[in-house]
Amino acid sequence: MADKSNGTPAIASIAKITAGTKGAAARQKILAFSSLVLLIIAFSLLSPNFFQPYNLIAIMLATAVNGVLAIGVTFVIITGGIDLSVGTMMTFTAVMAAQTVAVWNLPVILGVLMALFVGTICGLASGVMIAKFKLPPFIATLGMSMLTKGLSLIIAKSKPIYFTNAPSFAKISMGSLFPFMKDFQIPNAVIILFGLAILASFVLNSTIFGRYTFAIGSNEEAVRLSGINTDRWKIAVYAVNGLICGIAGILIASRLNSAQPALGQGYELDAIAAAVIGGTSLSGGEGTILGTIIGAFIMSTLTNGLRILSVPQEWQIVTTGIIIIFAVYVDMLRKRR
Amino acid sequence: MAEPIIVVRNLSKAFPGVQALKDVQFDLYPGEVHTLVGENGAGKSTLMKILSGVYQRDTGEILINGKPAEIHNPRAAQKLGISIIHQELNLMNHLTAAQNIYIGREPRKPGGFVLDEKALNAQARKLFETLRMDFDPRVKVGELTIAKQQMVEIVKALSFNARVLIMDEPTAALNETEVEELFDIIRHLRSQGVGIIYISHRMDELFRISDRITVLRDGQYMGTFRASETNLDQIIPLMVGRKIDETARRIPEGKLGEVVLEVRNLNRGRLVRNVSFNVRKGEILGFAGLMGAGRTETARAVFGADPIDSGEIIVKGKKVVIRHPRDAVRHGIGYLSEDRKRYGLAVGMDVLDNICMTDLPTFMNAMGVLRPKKMQAAAEKQVETLSIKTPSLMQKVKFLSGGNQQKVVVAKWLVKNCDVLFFDEPTRGIDVGAKQEIYLLLNKLASLGKAVVMISSELPEILRMSDRIIVMCEGRITGELDGARATEEEIMKLATQRETMVKTA
Repeated sequence: MADKSNGTPAIASIAKITAGTKGAAARQKILAFSSLVLLIIAFSLLSPNFFQPYNLIAIMLATAVNGVLAIGVTFVIITGGIDLSVGTMMTFTAVMAAQTVAVWNLPVILGVLMALFVGTICGLASGVMIAKFKLPPFIATLGMSMLTKGLSLIIAKSKPIYFTNAPSFAKISMGSLFPFMKDFQIPNAVIILFGLAILASFVLNSTIFGRYTFAIGSNEEAVRLSGINTDRWKIAVYAVNGLICGIAGILIASRLNSAQPALGQGYELDAIAAAVIGGTSLSGGEGTILGTIIGAFIMSTLTNGLRILSVPQEWQIVTTGIIIIFAVYVDMLRKRR
Repeated sequence: MAEPIIVVRNLSKAFPGVQALKDVQFDLYPGEVHTLVGENGAGKSTLMKILSGVYQRDTGEILINGKPAEIHNPRAAQKLGISIIHQELNLMNHLTAAQNIYIGREPRKPGGFVLDEKALNAQARKLFETLRMDFDPRVKVGELTIAKQQMVEIVKALSFNARVLIMDEPTAALNETEVEELFDIIRHLRSQGVGIIYISHRMDELFRISDRITVLRDGQYMGTFRASETNLDQIIPLMVGRKIDETARRIPEGKLGEVVLEVRNLNRGRLVRNVSFNVRKGEILGFAGLMGAGRTETARAVFGADPIDSGEIIVKGKKVVIRHPRDAVRHGIGYLSEDRKRYGLAVGMDVLDNICMTDLPTFMNAMGVLRPKKMQAAAEKQVETLSIKTPSLMQKVKFLSGGNQQKVVVAKWLVKNCDVLFFDEPTRGIDVGAKQEIYLLLNKLASLGKAVVMISSELPEILRMSDRIIVMCEGRITGELDGARATEEEIMKLATQRETMVKTA
């Protein structure tokens, strides 16, 4: 194929610097990682308050929910699909957990299981619509997004549900497994994020589930012709994504010590953005969990750093938008080569 | 001699409107390369698809290892040891070679969920070694050349312990060195007792690789020959000479106008090399050649769809620069692609909108609002001129027949006042009756004073329609023939005149 990278020389050269390494996804990952390091260095120089233990923990905590959601949606995007319902699905699982614990007065563990169960069922439903009824993922999950949003509002009667009767629920996110580290107490939410990332990375790279996730995104027809039940694996991917939304639901409910039924919309786009910034290709077949985590950290570091520099919130949003467009453009550039 | 692996007797297969195969016979012995030749539509692919379980036969008999066999689906074929390598490779570009080969059969660690990547790569490496291929199984397939990707497909096929390997035009996208490498592999497989069925359009390859050659024509068996005992002069007449219902050739109207389009020394990549030709008002110029001869590429280059490397394009005596299709359209050149639905029509919209689509600005008033009456008048005129059969201008194009859809595409270009029209395989995928209509249409366009360039792979069609015939092979023009006197044999010879042959001759 002819060399058609006729974009801005500066951007093209950034893409070229990283071109020596193996694999396109790896390249984007390195690009993303260097951007993150640059961001951290820049903010550290600009403000003495940035590179402080408490602030780094704040960044990590702010990444937890988006990071978890982004891990789930990475699987979906690698199959060549998309899931627009992860934000509201998360809220729905949070509301169901709160309903179980705070309204029905059941043990916390049952609330957790309820969230995971509900998430899995919603994801499964999206998967069936997409694989069996051949609905475009965009539409199926858009429907699922509205459906879960509506159900959340109905069940919670449009009001937040507080975990007043179960103080231990808040500990899931905000407690720390390592209380001995005095100045650097890492909250559980962050540990859960990293634990899940390691597990997801293993599943994606070393299991049959991960292999078919990539294979379907690369050439679904070829996979089908190899005698593999692609429908079943696609449904499984969406179900796993739903399960992960359940985890995010528990994290956010625990962090806010309540289920906020009106929250959630917009989280799906942050999650997709994190995956894309981290090198997951929207056309499928490419992506890594590490990249996605880096992507999520870039977004939260940016927000945090700009806030410390007292940049108005409106401008923070603008900056994030530019970063996303830039990341996708670089992604297109390296594909064209 | 050993027992044949495959014996096919009196095999027939019909599709609605076409008898694709009629009483065909074929056999394959272990350790031989048996080549199938025939024109496009001769039934080669149908036969191969029956053997690989894609289609089911109507009547006839297939014996595998001497036993009658039913091949219900591709899986069944695989179980019988028959693997096929399609022209369009079926690989996952983001996965490695080893991962592709063993997709769905990955070695796993105890428990069944975790992959054993080491074992996978080791198995693949062993497989490559037995085929004497130097190949890293961990390379991503998307980073390989087409030739290497093909090798991955071959290895994948053989990993099913295939004893019969069907290859459908495997050399179509390869260069000469790569072809030689492929032939080495084929020879090696042959020495291992694998039976190979080889389909190719390249005549010179026939004698380089085949042990035996079977000729099909119009779905009928024409004969099987030992490659060592025959030659092209015997094979080509058997391939061509298809019977056509109407052989009446077009009678040139004598009064050909001035040259409308002239192309000089056009170059574009490997498939358009020093191409020069011209076409006159009222003339139908046929472009003949085999698939991959560079005819479509030539048309696309002239039309500005692909950038040219060098060359001159002269329209009505004036040198023009065409960088983009809209330049071509401005100079009155239209291109009707082979894939009408994908490139030529908005099938979900109605006849009126499709006809007027390319020229909307002329139907707008000063405010930029469309004037439906003017559009309707223009569309009606075209429907009448081209006798498009449609219940109304509001009919959605997808409900029209293939022939009428083709006419709608033509109408689009006529609305734009194009003088030169390139037709790329105008009758592909169209039934016999509709073909007739297309022929009448082309004649009509010529009599309206348009210059028509018709690319076609069907020799009878070329002979019937063209005033002049240009034959291409591997990106070069290998000859020009007078439409009234040309024969299929002449065209076939020119179409297979590869450079390597010219050099050795």
